Amino acid sequence: MSVYNSLDSITEELHNCMKCGNCMEVCPIYKETRQEVGVARGKISLVQYLLSGELEMTEKLADRFSLCTTCMACNTNCPCGVRFDKIILAARAEAVRKKGLHPVKKIAFTALKMQRMFDFGMKTGSIFQGMALKHVPHKSDRIARMRFDIGIGTDKVFPMLASRTLRSEFPEVVKVKNPKMRVAFFTGCMINYFYTDIGKAVVEVLKENDIEVVIPKGQGCCGIPASVNGDVHSAAALAKRNLRAFEKLGADALVVACSSGGTAWKHVFGELLDNEPEFKALADKWAGKSYDISEFLIKKVPFKKEGLGRVERKVTYHDPCHLNRGQGVNTEPREILKSIPGVELIEMKEPGRCCGMAGSFSLVHPDLSVQISDRKTADIELTHTDTVATGCPACRLQLKSGVENAGIEEEVVHTIQILAESYKNGKKK
Amino acid sequence: MLAREVLQELIQVLGAENVLTEQEDLMTYAYDATAAMKHHKPDVVVSPNSTEQVAEVVKIAAKNNIPIYPRGSGTNLSGGTIPISGGIVLSMLNLNKIIEVDQDNLTATVQPGVIIQTLNDEVVKHGLLYPPDPGTVKTATMGGSLSECSGGLRGLKYGVTKHYIMGLQIVLANGEVIRWGGKTVKNVTGYDLVALFTGAEGTLGIITEIIVKLIPAPEARKSILAVFDDVDKAGKAIASIIRNKIIPATLEIMDNVTIQTVENFVHAGLPMDAQAVLLIEVDGYKEVVEREAVLVEQILQEEQAVEIKIAKNDQERDLLWLARRRALPALAQKRPTTVLEDATVPRSKIPDMIKAIRKIAEKHNLQIATFGHAGDGNLHPTILTDERDEDEMKRVHLAVDEIFKTAISLGGTLSGEHGIGIAKMGYLDWEFGEAGVAAMRRMKEALDPNYLLNPGKIVRRD
Ligand SMILES: Cc1cc2nc3c(=O)[nH]c(=O)nc-3n(C[C@H](O)[C@H](O)[C@H](O)COP(=O)(O)OP(=O)(O)OC[C@H]3O[C@@H](n4cnc5c(N)ncnc54)[C@H](O)[C@@H]3O)c2cc1C
Ligand code: SF4
Ligand code: SF4
Repeated sequence: MSVYNSLDSITEELHNCMKCGNCMEVCPIYKETRQEVGVARGKISLVQYLLSGELEMTEKLADRFSLCTTCMACNTNCPCGVRFDKIILAARAEAVRKKGLHPVKKIAFTALKMQRMFDFGMKTGSIFQGMALKHVPHKSDRIARMRFDIGIGTDKVFPMLASRTLRSEFPEVVKVKNPKMRVAFFTGCMINYFYTDIGKAVVEVLKENDIEVVIPKGQGCCGIPASVNGDVHSAAALAKRNLRAFEKLGADALVVACSSGGTAWKHVFGELLDNEPEFKALADKWAGKSYDISEFLIKKVPFKKEGLGRVERKVTYHDPCHLNRGQGVNTEPREILKSIPGVELIEMKEPGRCCGMAGSFSLVHPDLSVQISDRKTADIELTHTDTVATGCPACRLQLKSGVENAGIEEEVVHTIQILAESYKNGKKK
Repeated sequence: MLAREVLQELIQVLGAENVLTEQEDLMTYAYDATAAMKHHKPDVVVSPNSTEQVAEVVKIAAKNNIPIYPRGSGTNLSGGTIPISGGIVLSMLNLNKIIEVDQDNLTATVQPGVIIQTLNDEVVKHGLLYPPDPGTVKTATMGGSLSECSGGLRGLKYGVTKHYIMGLQIVLANGEVIRWGGKTVKNVTGYDLVALFTGAEGTLGIITEIIVKLIPAPEARKSILAVFDDVDKAGKAIASIIRNKIIPATLEIMDNVTIQTVENFVHAGLPMDAQAVLLIEVDGYKEVVEREAVLVEQILQEEQAVEIKIAKNDQERDLLWLARRRALPALAQKRPTTVLEDATVPRSKIPDMIKAIRKIAEKHNLQIATFGHAGDGNLHPTILTDERDEDEMKRVHLAVDEIFKTAISLGGTLSGEHGIGIAKMGYLDWEFGEAGVAAMRRMKEALDPNYLLNPGKIVRRD
């Protein structure tokens, strides 16, 4: 029984909570609101009352369940080992079963499911986005601010849509001379449509390490934005679509460069398809050979150290929640950064603290998201670095928005971009 | 339900964003950290931003005869914040400013919603320390821990919360605001209301400002772990350390059940058949710490510890502390419900108490692990159970009764640091007798004649 199908799957989890309140220490939402409903303990009790019949599933209750960035910080700090990440997913799925999807999210997810429309919308967007977004001049990131408020404020800085999607820039199979391995690249939406620079860096680095890269054209959204909000149907449909696309081309391993994609391939696909043995088997097979790009380059195929050129950067690293706590990947990106000549790694105060992006959380709770982000920005500023590296395009968006609005001169990039830059600089001489 | 006019009045004073009325929010204030305790929904939750607002809320409540339940972080273990008669939950968390750190007078002035660790993070910058450190330092508020008179690991040498409270601003049950005490070390002007309100669990007044004493942070520390094959030997070792005029900052004990559970959980390298482990930390000036550590080691040898480990650096220290730190989590993960008691006995009676608890566990066929602050006699017999098992819960209640009886008969007390609240209210006459309980009731009634402040806690209305 998976958390997506029934609340019964989490009754034991709920009982294990002893209401000690330790989760208050780390919850980014509670830190801002200081209201019990913000913290895991509060939402756990709401689910308990729901199960005992003391509360009914109302729109208001569903709203309370939206108050979570799913950062998993409470999991890690819980003395009883309560998996709150499971509880919140189950609660949200239950809310959708009973009350339907939040209107803002509904529009977004339907679009995600209809890939062709999405492609089209995004492409026309790249021509017409000037009407809605105001370009912000900036040296490295193509970013923009909203011209008018569509309910998420006009302060948020967005990346400009790429003029060409990543997947249309590469053939399905990127060949190298003497391939030692064939690796499939799951790009995810943000890298495909916005941050193509991250995607290019991934391909460059893999090629540099004599790896053939497969980028299936049939791949789509990972479905995480849908599954974390309880839209299990959409998520399962997307999971199947992706599994088919990758199975068709086959590969020795699969890499991702975003934390949602990694979570999806390693954990969520299998859970979503629990009831469909054929797909479940496929999901498990691919889960076993899925890697975050930094994890892949440290653990699976140690990356080439010769040919690394100097990169003069003072870098601080932000841990994406779902990479760090979700997948246990936190030393690998740092190891990569430290091995690049010229890079000085300076840690910020709480690198593992959620940036407040959390996908559609920032759409539904824009003010809270910004408050959480402001703390992160302040921590970054204290490091006096020139670059923030991170392992997830969604975090990059949020961090960029934060430093830009605070007027801090700071580039925000994916770790892999700095590695690609180093290989490139190595060739210059 | 509160009358609409009352809600309107509250909203007028506090602003709508600081008044919660929807049941999806109210239900999250129906409980606290106390295990196996019935929950109760309040009628409204308010979060004042100033002393004046607190006073206004109290006045509105007094006028309309509505109970007020003050709440910090809701981590107390005695049902202290559960609004058993409905009414207003007064969340103090927005009053979270550190008003001043006074290095000349070694004091800090804080609002009650400040988290204990936040204060310590601030004063450590000046080389100072606020010693009370309950297991919840990183979550509990100053107001809540003051109201419970929290203890912690450093009680033996540094005392508990009440030893650090110098002055208070208090909103009384009629809405009047008074100040008592201050920054002076000496102060005998009038009754010592500061002492009375410390540990009063919100039943006498609302604390809105606190002046605390700070001390210079100790320069060095050293941790020592000793394993014993017999609880009595561990008890003798404790007595012997103190008799030799060494007062460690911490002196913790874990019994065999705790050791086995923790060991299965974290593999900290403790022998499974050990009957007791002592964890000792001395602190102070470097030279003194070195000398005391050597002495403690000698004493432990004389008292026949089967194994002694001394941490040479911070890393080794963390390792020694691992088992103690993980004790509660390990126990909590064994069964869904964790009933954590804090009956306290004179230091010399620790072995008797541990043995008595073991007998009680056998008698009622329960899993009880005992660990705690041996140095100050404050043990935490922890009953591992499952709230859903009615038969077992009956036995749990019987065992708790017997634990309290034993503690009192050994010259101890019902509660060392977790407070009375709802949980232990029924046992008070065992310790004070009828006359004692009546005296307390008269004090309550003098300050809160209509039982509006945290009613149903500590003192039962006649
Ligand atoms: C895992 C765990 C470990 C613990 N370890 C220890 C330990 O080692 N030592 C120890 O002593 N305790 C320990 N405790 C319990 C301890 O009592 C609480 O953690 C702490 O003192 C309560 O702080 P709080 O802010 O949560 O207060 P709350 O629980 O919110 O309130 C406690 C009481 O104070 C009252 N109150 C709160 N604020 C005010 C105010 N401003 N004015 C008037 N009344 C007020 C409330 O009405 C209530 O009666 C532990 C608890 C847990 C869950
Ligand atoms: S830390 Fe864990 S056990 Fe404690 S209240 Fe939070 S979820 Fe429950
Ligand atoms: S997952 Fe993060 S945001 Fe959600 S309750 Fe836990 S700590 Fe708070």
